Amino acid sequence: MAKFDEKAKPFSKQWLDDRLAITTVMKVLNIEYWIPKNINFLWAMGMILAATFGMLVISGIFLLMYYVPTVEGAFDSVNYTIMTEVGYGWLWRHIHGVGASLVFLIIYIHLFTGIYYGSYKRGREMIWLSGMLLFVLFSAEAFSGYMLPWGQMSYWAGMVITNLFAGGSLEATGFVEWIRGDYVPAQAFLGRFFMLHVLLLPLVIIGGIGFHFATLRLPHVNNQDGEEIDFEASAKLWKEGKKKESQVIPFHPVFLSKDVFIMGIYFILFFYLVFYNFEFAMDPVNFDPADGLKTPAHIYPEWYFLWSYEILRPFPTDLGLIAFGIAQVIFLALPFLDRSPNVAPASRRGLFKFWFWALLLDVLVLTFMGKLPPQGIWNTIGFIAAVMFFVLWVALPFITKLEKKIEE
Amino acid sequence: MSTRRNFMGMALGGFTALGAVGGLYAAKRTWEPLPSVKAAGFTTIDLSEAKAGELVTEKWRGKPIFVLKKTDDMPYHDRDVVIGSDRYLITVGLCTHLGCIPAYNSSDKMFNCACHGGKFDVSGINLPGLPPSFPLDIPPFRIEGTKLVLGEKGTEYNKMLADKLTRKV
Amino acid sequence: MNKELQIFAVVAFFTGLLYWGVEPFAHHEMHKKVDAKGEEIHIESHGFTYDGTTEAKALEVAVSDLEFKLSTEENATLKSSLEEKLVKAKAQQTKKANFWKEVVETAQLKGNVAQGETEFTSNCTGCHNGMGMNMGGVIPPNLDHAGSLYDKKYLVALLKDPAMASNVDHKYSDTSTHPMGSIKGALNSQQIVDIVAYLKAKKGAEPTAKQAFMEACVRCHAMRYDKVTQLGDTPKTKENIKTGHDIEAMKYAQKVAEEQAMLADYLGKLPPDLSMIIRARSEHFMETFIEDPQTQLAGTSMPRVGLSEAGYEKVHEYLSDIGDPSKPAREIVAPWVIGFFLIFTLLAYFWKKFHWRDLH
Repeated sequence: MAKFDEKAKPFSKQWLDDRLAITTVMKVLNIEYWIPKNINFLWAMGMILAATFGMLVISGIFLLMYYVPTVEGAFDSVNYTIMTEVGYGWLWRHIHGVGASLVFLIIYIHLFTGIYYGSYKRGREMIWLSGMLLFVLFSAEAFSGYMLPWGQMSYWAGMVITNLFAGGSLEATGFVEWIRGDYVPAQAFLGRFFMLHVLLLPLVIIGGIGFHFATLRLPHVNNQDGEEIDFEASAKLWKEGKKKESQVIPFHPVFLSKDVFIMGIYFILFFYLVFYNFEFAMDPVNFDPADGLKTPAHIYPEWYFLWSYEILRPFPTDLGLIAFGIAQVIFLALPFLDRSPNVAPASRRGLFKFWFWALLLDVLVLTFMGKLPPQGIWNTIGFIAAVMFFVLWVALPFITKLEKKIEE
Repeated sequence: MSTRRNFMGMALGGFTALGAVGGLYAAKRTWEPLPSVKAAGFTTIDLSEAKAGELVTEKWRGKPIFVLKKTDDMPYHDRDVVIGSDRYLITVGLCTHLGCIPAYNSSDKMFNCACHGGKFDVSGINLPGLPPSFPLDIPPFRIEGTKLVLGEKGTEYNKMLADKLTRKV
Repeated sequence: MNKELQIFAVVAFFTGLLYWGVEPFAHHEMHKKVDAKGEEIHIESHGFTYDGTTEAKALEVAVSDLEFKLSTEENATLKSSLEEKLVKAKAQQTKKANFWKEVVETAQLKGNVAQGETEFTSNCTGCHNGMGMNMGGVIPPNLDHAGSLYDKKYLVALLKDPAMASNVDHKYSDTSTHPMGSIKGALNSQQIVDIVAYLKAKKGAEPTAKQAFMEACVRCHAMRYDKVTQLGDTPKTKENIKTGHDIEAMKYAQKVAEEQAMLADYLGKLPPDLSMIIRARSEHFMETFIEDPQTQLAGTSMPRVGLSEAGYEKVHEYLSDIGDPSKPAREIVAPWVIGFFLIFTLLAYFWKKFHWRDLH
């Protein structure tokens, strides 16, 4: 047993330090967790994501108190009990719906920020990989949650997405039935996706968030110019009071004060959407109860899945599935496909600059086309954009290989 | 310098706490019984068909309600609900100790609680020296001819309440 | 700071573009109707007055579509079938135009309320008796507020030929087989305007929102979030506490199921429960669909019910009360929450400013 102060009063600072090392923990996690000074508001997206996840957990807890996971009861428990009867039930539901959509908006901003500033390589590969893992987990969480109101979109999304697992010509219908626990999405399906949504996936996500934070520790957060910072030397300067000379700031309170300010702006938008403009996140079609004998005139995933859905759509079944499968995992390979030695903003990186904006635009075009009816010109544009997506990824190692090292 | 720092940090912290209180208020409202639960809290029972000396159990707000039309040899009590010349014991059928249902024994005319040994007589009065320290509760009622509306407070009920013959349920 | 604002502008631009693409643009493209030439057809509301405009417009499009197809079709058999269709469409055009011309003329006659009352009693109350009896597939509606709920010209049209008035004549080879078809030709123009005058004068009280729905919609559409079925309000019943079953409720459920089966046979499918319809359909769709269901869903068995603008507003109010009950609360809470975050952001800004002022 380590030394400890016998005379310390119970629950005094010394007493707690001896048992929990709170001073050390505060230093490690807060006041001596060093963040580069040279950053902009995009560096707040991580905290905003954490805050949005918090909102989803809190609102979810209250929804869970009244939600009924049965095919007979689900729709009415959401639309009648929660929306009409439960005090502020509507508020939790709108926060949950809007939050689920906004969490993806911020994830995408966070992700493209990472690509733009090259924050995925030279020691930061694990940050990238754990982040992409979280993206996959959030996608699963969003999909399972979308099943729960058991409206028309829930049912038909459940039908279509689980059918993907038949693997096209592999005709693995037995596998699809195993996933569903039935021939069609029904009680067994709703029950298991409910479990996934409220228990298993949130647990894994919380673990994933912890892991993502841990991956930041050694390589440190990147900065606006991709500069290599001597964190120890800079931290020393800061502690000596040379704030201007130091290139770093402590997480608390300096970095956090900026985060909180940006979070405030974000929450103004968040609640504007919650109260006044929520239909984008709560599709009107899903206010029709699930009907296994009638497909809605237009079915489309939520906006954040549209780009990958569109990669699937223009190709024949098997090819489409393969394309879809590759699109899901290709982002994971980014740190290994980018062969350039530079960690720098895309604007200073030769051809990569064009690659970045081309990828962003391509994903946007795919997103737009994913929601439009699959006909005429939209089909053609969707097909071209899907092909472009793969061209861009194949080209990446070559154009980054050509990139010259930026001399300081 | 540090005063201002404390001031700004504390102002923000305090204001955030204010928002948290708002959130907690919404949460408290979420936790309340639903309007449909409250609206369902009224039950009408018909006393005209009750037979003297036979216990009938009804249901009100999910709780059992004992209805016992008294026979002539049963002692009268101010707690009785009187309709014409008939007297009734109307109580919530839950022991006032910890809420088990006492069973009626027609031979010794007693309500006996199996959980902790409480006993009540036919007027619902607890026998001394046993765990329950209150008589069986009388639900709010309003007399409507030969019917009782449970959940509504009529003059007879209010009088019993004022005379401390029963507790508020 | 300046640079940060520029970055923010870029992010805001792409976010806005994304929103535009997946919301207004996508929904416009998804729901737009086009004619055979690919030109967009706009469906507009006409203020809930009825004179055959919507039918005329739809037929005009149908005729021009057929003409366009004919001009490009090479195959002789297909061509002759198109020609046949064109002849039919043109005949329909004339038929509808004549019908509504007569309606408009009749509506200008002056009605006699007292006379109308006699006519109403002898011609209408036999079926419109509030007994809730299914007749020919559907329960005849209660007419207590018919004078204010329905448009005058619509009522005139309905008394001339119910199937034509409600724009479901395509379902009948002979419109007198419509459940109310026996009225067709039974009344002369004066009798018709007398009855309408009577309805306007004596049944013209303003209904409550729920009454409007109960009279105009309920015979086909349930509203389960308000415990309303096709038979009206669900009666209060009590379970047998010994068995836990509520036999009266079961009997009622059976009656409802039987009524629904008759409706489904009559209309081809069971009309949807409207509890959540206010959030499932756009305002524009609701308006134009109720004014003339055929414009939005060609071939639907939903008849035009002929609501006046005031009648529609009442029905709409009820649909909102039930389907979007949190709207008033949202409007009260919103400024407080948003105001909170405005002040929060301001305070956070000063806090940030303080910590960052010595850094550069």
